[in-house]
Amino acid sequence: MEFAELIKTPRADNAVLHGPRCPAVRGTLCLTGHHLIFSSRRKEGGEELWLLHANIDCVEKRFVGSLGTIVIKCKDLRIIQLDIPGMEECLNIASSIEALSTLDSITLMYPFFYRPMFEVVEDGWRSYLPEQEFELLSSVTDEWRLSCANKDFSVCPTYPPVVIIPKCIDDEALRKVAVFRYGGRFPVLSYYHKKNGMVMMRSSQPLTGTNGRRCKEDEKLINATLRPGKRGYIIDTRSLNVAQQARAKGGGFEQEVYYPQWRRIHKCIERFNILQESLIKLVEACNDQSHNMDRWLSKLEASNWLTHIKEILTAACLAAQCIDREGASVLVHGSDGTDSTLQVTSLAQIILDPRCRTIRGFEALVVREWLQAGHPFQLRCAQSAYSNTKQKWEAPVFLLFLDCVWQILRQFPCSFEFNEQFLIMLFEHAYASQFGTFLGNNENERSKLKLTQKTMSLWSWVNRSEELARFKNPLFEANSLVIWPSVAPQSLQLWEGVFLRWNRPSKFLDEAQEEVLNIINYNRELQAKVNALRRQLAELETDDRMQENLTLPVMNGVSSQAGNGLTQTSLKQLPSRSWQWEGEERRKK
Amino acid sequence: MEHIRMPKVENVRLLDRVSSRKAALGTLYLTATHVIFVENASETRKETWVLHSQISSIEKQATTATGCPLLIRCKNFQVIQLIIPQERDCHDVYISLIRLARPVKYEELYCFSFNPKLDKEEREQGWKFVDLNEEYNRMGIPNDYWQISDVNRDYGVCDSYPTEVYVPKSATAHIIVGSSKFRSRRRFPALSYYCKDNNASICRSSQPLSGFSARCLEDEQMLQAIRKANPGSDFLYVVDTRPKLNAMANRAAGKGYENEDNYSNIKFQFIGIENIHVMRNSLQKMLEVCELKSPSMSDFLWGLENSGWLKHIKAIMDAGIFIAKAVAEEGVSVLVHCSDGWDRTAQVCSVASLLLDPYYRTMKGFMVLIEKDWISFGHKFNHRYGNLDGDPKEISPVIDQFIECVWQLMEQFPCAFEFNERFLIHIQHHIYSCQFGNFLCNSQKERRELKIQERTYSLWAHLWKNRADYLNPLYRSNHSQTQRTLYPQMTPCNFLYKFWSGMYNRFEKGLHPRQSVTDYLMAVKEETQQLEEELEVLGERLANLQKMQLNGNKIQSKQQDRGKQLGLSASTNSLANTPQEYGSDLKSFPSRSPSQGDEDSALILTQDNLKSSDPDLSANSDQESGVEDLSCRSPSGGGCLPSEDSGKDSDEAVCLAV
Repeated sequence: MEFAELIKTPRADNAVLHGPRCPAVRGTLCLTGHHLIFSSRRKEGGEELWLLHANIDCVEKRFVGSLGTIVIKCKDLRIIQLDIPGMEECLNIASSIEALSTLDSITLMYPFFYRPMFEVVEDGWRSYLPEQEFELLSSVTDEWRLSCANKDFSVCPTYPPVVIIPKCIDDEALRKVAVFRYGGRFPVLSYYHKKNGMVMMRSSQPLTGTNGRRCKEDEKLINATLRPGKRGYIIDTRSLNVAQQARAKGGGFEQEVYYPQWRRIHKCIERFNILQESLIKLVEACNDQSHNMDRWLSKLEASNWLTHIKEILTAACLAAQCIDREGASVLVHGSDGTDSTLQVTSLAQIILDPRCRTIRGFEALVVREWLQAGHPFQLRCAQSAYSNTKQKWEAPVFLLFLDCVWQILRQFPCSFEFNEQFLIMLFEHAYASQFGTFLGNNENERSKLKLTQKTMSLWSWVNRSEELARFKNPLFEANSLVIWPSVAPQSLQLWEGVFLRWNRPSKFLDEAQEEVLNIINYNRELQAKVNALRRQLAELETDDRMQENLTLPVMNGVSSQAGNGLTQTSLKQLPSRSWQWEGEERRKK
Repeated sequence: MEHIRMPKVENVRLLDRVSSRKAALGTLYLTATHVIFVENASETRKETWVLHSQISSIEKQATTATGCPLLIRCKNFQVIQLIIPQERDCHDVYISLIRLARPVKYEELYCFSFNPKLDKEEREQGWKFVDLNEEYNRMGIPNDYWQISDVNRDYGVCDSYPTEVYVPKSATAHIIVGSSKFRSRRRFPALSYYCKDNNASICRSSQPLSGFSARCLEDEQMLQAIRKANPGSDFLYVVDTRPKLNAMANRAAGKGYENEDNYSNIKFQFIGIENIHVMRNSLQKMLEVCELKSPSMSDFLWGLENSGWLKHIKAIMDAGIFIAKAVAEEGVSVLVHCSDGWDRTAQVCSVASLLLDPYYRTMKGFMVLIEKDWISFGHKFNHRYGNLDGDPKEISPVIDQFIECVWQLMEQFPCAFEFNERFLIHIQHHIYSCQFGNFLCNSQKERRELKIQERTYSLWAHLWKNRADYLNPLYRSNHSQTQRTLYPQMTPCNFLYKFWSGMYNRFEKGLHPRQSVTDYLMAVKEETQQLEEELEVLGERLANLQKMQLNGNKIQSKQQDRGKQLGLSASTNSLANTPQEYGSDLKSFPSRSPSQGDEDSALILTQDNLKSSDPDLSANSDQESGVEDLSCRSPSGGGCLPSEDSGKDSDEAVCLAV
């Protein structure tokens, strides 16, 4: 198919663009196969808008006389309005946008046509391979192995070709377990807690059905993760009621008789259309410019968005608590094991594992726990808050996850290497992107689409120093501890950076961010200067000493080291006590 | 002391508000000024201090098998739940506290016994720190249009006004006195803020006694004089900050509002801010929401909405924005009043001043603003904040609302204010603490009669001394947000107004962000300053050394202590972390080893920082968060300095009681 067939009017002059919170601009509108381009003729400012058709959630048109107006609502929640003179042109353009933004075939999507304008330093497709993850793991434990049983996706179509499972389980047993689990999603390793050797696994629901079927291999696999005499927790992300109902459809949950070493906890996390409805209501409330104070809060409440955030975070905290505090291993599943399960396992890792709070660690987490774990991005992110289609499979599962990460980031603003912009960027690319990373629903589909050869990975672009600079949190100080967020309603807030992004004035907040950066950068600059001078001095003094054969008088332990070009890292290992002491000293003066 | 029936009770349990099964065992002391709870746990000996004047209510609940519960709610939003083993002891404590929390004479208040060990001169200097004449001079007054009037020198015209009042030059004593007779409680129109760029001003008064038809020539002349003091404008806004219905109802009582027909060239405007009773109830409802045990998101949002609190905050802000715009954009003077002109009028005038003039967004300027619009103009601190036992219907969180408006503005304009959130919280705390004399009584007249300045200390000097704790690291005097007028969004940006958990859940540390960006940045800035100094020293040394090496001389090395950098490391591994309660009762799981169980229950989630009556939030590290509280290493070392109502002073108090 040629895109040209869909574009009857490729260009409209004298169009007027009304963007969010900026004055209307007159200019020229162009349609290409993948972009809607608007450029104003003004030299300065050079207003130019490049909008991916894939980013368009819905198109509305209306006419006043011969002046047509197209309202474009985007998946990133932005709303823009285009006034186009001429009824025919306007109709043509509207129908082209509609057609181009709802292409059926994935291979017609922009990532298959995109040619990067930057030099690829590191191929993002190869940045986070399961083998590398396993290497990290095998340096601390030898109880696990890589299994290639799924190399042709025959055991589980939504799992990656290689997975990590207990060493004592052979591939034959694995196939039996897969038959016993919904969609073949047998329990696999999700996270290994180095501190105490406890693990988190994830799977789908067991197919116990109404007559309480069991599978010895499944029991063996799960028990293989327990230390002798220890017990574990199964966190079921459905309410007990829902889990019981699932039995009628062949699903179910682990029964105590067959899993005596495990205790089951039900934590209800909503799914599918309930989440989609919630998003739609929330965005409606945020865009409503007419309401008074009362109605804003009640609409926020009625959307239930923050309730979902609270539920997901609570379940993740519980999983983390079991592992870190109770010293127990955990198995997480819901029904399919592709949505709420992944929210819980990935958030628990952010709480537990400092590595997941770094940029590369977080990317690895997204790859491992979302992409390779088979979260169906293509289905879930097909439409966003303005969609009219309301398909059952559309749901902002990944956006909820990012929102939860933002909530933790807000509570621990110095513990993350990345900033809010990084999370917003991931939200945008999950819904519409020039990169192939979020295409397809699982590794199986991705390999059939040959994404690694035909498209560029998002990580190839993000991980270049030019881009990374935008996503770095200037306040970051590596924090090796477990971070326990508060899930009280007072502690959870609306993620304004996403939901009010186009409605709230951000100038003053941006200025504050800039100020933060200035303060930190100036400090670093001075530190570098001081260190350079110190080194220079130390060298001179050493020369001096060798000449004179004299030792320097030492003020105290710290300063004697500091004078010799002590690095910042070693300073940080000193107990904080001495700093307080120093503070008191200064006050006495 | 004669009111203390029971100076000490042992084996009292202090309940944790978030988790009821976690309680600390300790001893309760009643002193002349404080309630003190000292935990038994030997390694911490954590202390909770509560000033009697902070107590807003005491509730004795039904005795249970474990003891007799006592609930103490404080005006700084702390809630303390105690369980006292013996009913009789509980009753004695209850009766004692009822009396101690409701002093009948000013002399019983803490400020008359509080001694920060300053000499007389320092005390006097402290009181001179904020000088309103200086402030009016700063505004450019007196000038051709405005002058100081001594018409109220013996409080002869209006006993709730200050002796020195600024009025238009053309307003003679006759006009002022005449106008005062036509205004509630004789609170005639007087200058609150003057904008020297365009001569527009904000004046304030009480409502006119207009009834249905009365008029007063002098009052009309007074308004005329105010309008003419701004030659650039041909009219004057008169803003009645009450809802129209309330104002109309007042007419039946011979009060009311200005009739546009009687006053030449005025534009009359209602801006509906509710009265003190509505506000009191609204706060009450919001605090009930804050007190809910593990509320759902819906409980919380519904409760917040039903309280109407944020709607009221927005109403005050909108009124302030309206006035600021009138003055800055239109260049029109505004006369503001409500009923008596000491509550809503004070709120609105001070919000408008804050928006208009960057000076009020500095630390000193903010103190001046409170001194000007609240203290000097007779805001009834004693009645509103219940310092002495009085009519509970007079109590209302009027200045709390103003303080919250400032916080809301800080959220929207993060670089605009020289001070930080802690500054606001500490001011709120001290309005109720009665530790300093500034907020005593209902008027200047009463304060002078009590000789407050000779017998107590000033809060402003105290705050100024500790100003390093209160700085906003993002503030820069040459930043665009610190210039000129701030223009916040008015309708429909309701989502800009947020619940202030830092204030209303102030003592539930577990609810707040675990790392403070403010404290972190302050530490960085302090380090930067030291680096600058060091850079200079090193540069000199290097130059010297090079010179001396040429001369073959040896110089003594003087090292700079670089331990400071430690202040930036975010955490240490020795810290204990505790998860929140995430809903599922893991306790019932049989196989847990006892050692784990103990550890888990020993670490209490909202183990509040020690001495929770201490307004210094910065004390101690945050045990449960997984991150050490950075502020304990904040530049001025909030954690090292005992605050005045704990620290050394407190030791005396304990001795008294024991």
